[in-house]
Amino acid sequence: MTSQQEIDEEILEYAGVRVPGGHPSRDYPPYRSSGLRHPRQALTVVTDPEAVELYTPVFGAGDVTALDADLTRQHSGEPLGERITVTGRVTDRAGRPVRGQLVEIWQANAAGRYVHRQEQHPAPLDPNFTGAGRALTDAEGNYSFTTIKPGPYPWGNHVNAWRPAHIHFSVFGTAFTQRLVTQMYFPGDPLFAFDPIFQSVTDPAAQQRLIAAYDHGLSVSNFSLGFRFDIVLDGPSATYFEEDHQ
Amino acid sequence: MSQNLEPTPSQTVGPFFGYGLPFPGGSDVAPAGHPDAVSVHGFVYDGEGNPIPDAILDFWQAAPDGSRAGSPGSLRVDTSNGRLLGRDGVRFTGFGRVGTDGDGHWALRTFAPAPDAPYLAVCVFARGLLHHLFTRIYFPGAPEDALLAGLSPERRATLLARPESDRVLRFDVRLQGGEAEETVFLDFG
Ligand SMILES: [Fe+3]
Repeated sequence: MTSQQEIDEEILEYAGVRVPGGHPSRDYPPYRSSGLRHPRQALTVVTDPEAVELYTPVFGAGDVTALDADLTRQHSGEPLGERITVTGRVTDRAGRPVRGQLVEIWQANAAGRYVHRQEQHPAPLDPNFTGAGRALTDAEGNYSFTTIKPGPYPWGNHVNAWRPAHIHFSVFGTAFTQRLVTQMYFPGDPLFAFDPIFQSVTDPAAQQRLIAAYDHGLSVSNFSLGFRFDIVLDGPSATYFEEDHQ
Repeated sequence: MSQNLEPTPSQTVGPFFGYGLPFPGGSDVAPAGHPDAVSVHGFVYDGEGNPIPDAILDFWQAAPDGSRAGSPGSLRVDTSNGRLLGRDGVRFTGFGRVGTDGDGHWALRTFAPAPDAPYLAVCVFARGLLHHLFTRIYFPGAPEDALLAGLSPERRATLLARPESDRVLRFDVRLQGGEAEETVFLDFG
């Protein structure tokens, strides 16, 4: 299997490349699984103002309860680990808030273990932690989760591959075109340099947008440490067309 | 646009979304037993033609009357214990979500899309895919819209669901391949 040094050299080949929006290229060889899973044909550009994709699924009060955003209260006991509050605002690129939309997260426990049968590395499961949560953004586009800080975990990309600690995010915008699945990282993680998934975002400025900020004002006394992770969604929506063409 | 904020970059959905994203009844956009319901199913394949067991598809479509407004109630939470219940079987929400099985297969039950919005919008996520892909599923007899009209016959064919039996359509997603094989994926700018 490939060594970390070989992966580091490959990462270096692509480092600094600026991609529109800072998104990863789908063809990113250091992340081995991307090899057979990216299109080779050019994407087809769609500019239809009537497109269904300019509208988006709707979620409501029946789809999410306030408790769904607290991952520390899903079982009878308290999960192990560092309790954290993760808060942020979801907007489009114009800074307009995405209101009443679904934000979903999933993550490993404090020991870096997912509640998933395919993951079998020898770290303990926590009977008091599942690691999945949901929230609806409020009128200003804000969401907030209470959870525990996930641990880093090993994976099979190359010898001694470790993922930096991260929380997976799935977000809906004001249009289906704005759909986003991403990962939130924690400031100062020593594993950033070695991780081909993080490094698939090759523009350093764009990498910073994946890292939450420690925010002491969000920390709750005697309870949790606060992190801010604002999310900006890419892509057009029907309201862009309406407002920009008036 | 008043501001031009830089977007949050995409990252792969990874392999472990199975307890975070799927929800009960995610594939039942139309209620079971509804006389107008149509099943659409297929596989997600990689560049070597192997089925992908860790992909997940989001579906979004206009209501049968053409409305694009959508409706809540896809997930529905049991407020007494927090469990996800899924839909109530009455309201049409327009949203579906299906993860592929161990053999790379998925199946969705829905209504044929409205004539003026004649497709299911699909967003594909998978381990190994760093940024989602959009495509569309057109039903047999769909009017040729601007997208279909602009494609060569062999590329167009990748977007057309194929009748398999009564009220059952087949649609495979090929993430990588030659012009005739690879699914047409869309860029909305
Ligand atoms: Fe992960």
